[in-house]
Amino acid sequence: MTWSPDAVERARRLVARYPDPRSAVMPLLYIAQSEEGRLTDEGMRFAAELTGLTPVQVKSVASFYSMFKEETGRYVISVCTSISCMLLGAADVLEAVEDETGVAAGDTGEDGLFTVEHVECIGACGGAPAAQVGYEFVEGLTPDSARSLCRWLRDGRPDVVMADEMQELFGGRTGFPWGPADREGSTGPVPAFGPYGTSEEGR
Amino acid sequence: MTERILTARMEDHPADSHTLARYEATGGYAALRKALGMAPEEIVAEVKASNIRGRGGAGFPTGVKWGFLPADVRPRYLVVNGDESEPGTFKDRQLLERDPHQLVEGIVISAYALDVHHAFVYIRGEYPRPARRLQTAIDEAYAAGYLGADVLGSGFDLEVTVHLGAGAYICGEETALLNSLEGRRGEPRIKPPFPAVEGLYAKPTIVNNVETLSNVPWIVTNGGAAYDRIGPEGSRGTRMFSLSGHVERPGNYEIVMGMTWRDLIEGLGGGVRGGKGLKAWIPGGASAPWLVPEHLDEPVTIDDAGRLATMLGSGAVVVMDETTNVVEAALSVVRFFAHESCGQCTPCREGTSWMERILERILRGEGRPMDLDLLLDISDNISPGLRWPPAMTTICPLGPSAVSPITSIMRHFRHEVEAMVLQGVPAGG
Repeated sequence: MTWSPDAVERARRLVARYPDPRSAVMPLLYIAQSEEGRLTDEGMRFAAELTGLTPVQVKSVASFYSMFKEETGRYVISVCTSISCMLLGAADVLEAVEDETGVAAGDTGEDGLFTVEHVECIGACGGAPAAQVGYEFVEGLTPDSARSLCRWLRDGRPDVVMADEMQELFGGRTGFPWGPADREGSTGPVPAFGPYGTSEEGR
Repeated sequence: MTERILTARMEDHPADSHTLARYEATGGYAALRKALGMAPEEIVAEVKASNIRGRGGAGFPTGVKWGFLPADVRPRYLVVNGDESEPGTFKDRQLLERDPHQLVEGIVISAYALDVHHAFVYIRGEYPRPARRLQTAIDEAYAAGYLGADVLGSGFDLEVTVHLGAGAYICGEETALLNSLEGRRGEPRIKPPFPAVEGLYAKPTIVNNVETLSNVPWIVTNGGAAYDRIGPEGSRGTRMFSLSGHVERPGNYEIVMGMTWRDLIEGLGGGVRGGKGLKAWIPGGASAPWLVPEHLDEPVTIDDAGRLATMLGSGAVVVMDETTNVVEAALSVVRFFAHESCGQCTPCREGTSWMERILERILRGEGRPMDLDLLLDISDNISPGLRWPPAMTTICPLGPSAVSPITSIMRHFRHEVEAMVLQGVPAGG
């Protein structure tokens, strides 16, 4: 087993937290994906062991949800193409991201740096067109600012991707005032959330 | 019409509205103290008297839903629906990020009223920041004695667990959400039994939206009757509307229902961007049939929307200007539902992707004259009679939701679709 002791401890705590251990399967899949950078058969087997399910039951759950991925790059760039973003130019933003990264939507680049995907509504409609990197928001993009964002990721390789930083550097209009800055951010291809041990403080 | 129930704190104290210190300094958790001095059934009575209707989409009266819990079955669960995924909707995200304690207090009061000792907040996976803010608020509330064992010395115990989804719109449907929370595929269940009778772990469960429960502290503080005096009958209280698309000032607006669509789109929203003309708008999220300029002076209420054969749904208003290609817009919405169909029911699984392919070929300039009737025929197989509220051949309303953009363009813009098919001209060509 390749999970860190801290991750195993977190997983056991999550299993104990729910009235039925099975409920912990999605949180554990996030931990698995975070620990190994992608969802592996071994990760799913361990999640099954901890929750008392069979590996096939766990795989059946994992395959239902688009955020559980057996292949991901270091940075997952998700460009929203649903109605509000579509009306305001999402197709051009997606094309700029594909072109700048050299990765077509739905794919991961050969160097493993980027996964690019078009996604359905991410709840940033008032700041359309919008995207996420590692599930952290950036709103009010243009094709040019989206290209700059991709170059910034490629050249700077930030350890922690933070929404406020991306928004300040590359964003435009937001759907609502974000309020004070948040110093936590994403360190991998999963949402950054403390109880799952998948977030870190940035600079 | 400037009543602010939900957004006052975040507007007046933007720097720290999400913190416990600011929440307490602005009267926070006083409603909980008051509630703990009341009998649980008194709180349920106040919520019933408020006549608040659920803010997630269906608009079901919250107090009535609470009343469906069987008297003698324990444990009971409270599940907060923070899966907000209806295209155009971003209000719960703001409530979670900017005033999470308002929701936490609503959860504790509601759990006390319903004799619940473990509440779950299911937040969509794409909302890690809202989830972090809420978790921080929950941690603060535990430390301050508002959560955990013996809340404020009352003898009432409550655990709250935040649970992240993983990218599936369908989990906003309450029974799919419960399956997901149980660690299963997010496939809707056949109802009945309704969750209030057999929900999470087959136990009685109340599922309420983030915005709905965020109103509960105000209702307890001011009384259900005071809430019932705000706004028109059938649409009491304030309500968050998410305005987006081709509008000058997109954003979330807390309004008293009963204003007109013109007030909302032209007044608050500043009208269509760039001085262009208005073509249509989606009044309540992607699932809702569209309205057109002749409806601008209709009142924004749940019942008036129903009279116009549409709905306020999740409160998401998506504005389309005169340059919008309606086939392209409809395709975007249909593609969403095709992508998010869980696959259980044949009419939805097959029908949504057939409709997607037909709209794609019309857009490419390869439409056939029969395609218009074909779109309606498929729609009729998913939702017989094409009426509103929709009839269903499916377990949940996702399939019928995909029919809304089809009937909308056929009702209001059939000539445009026909012209595209007859001329064989690709969009923009």
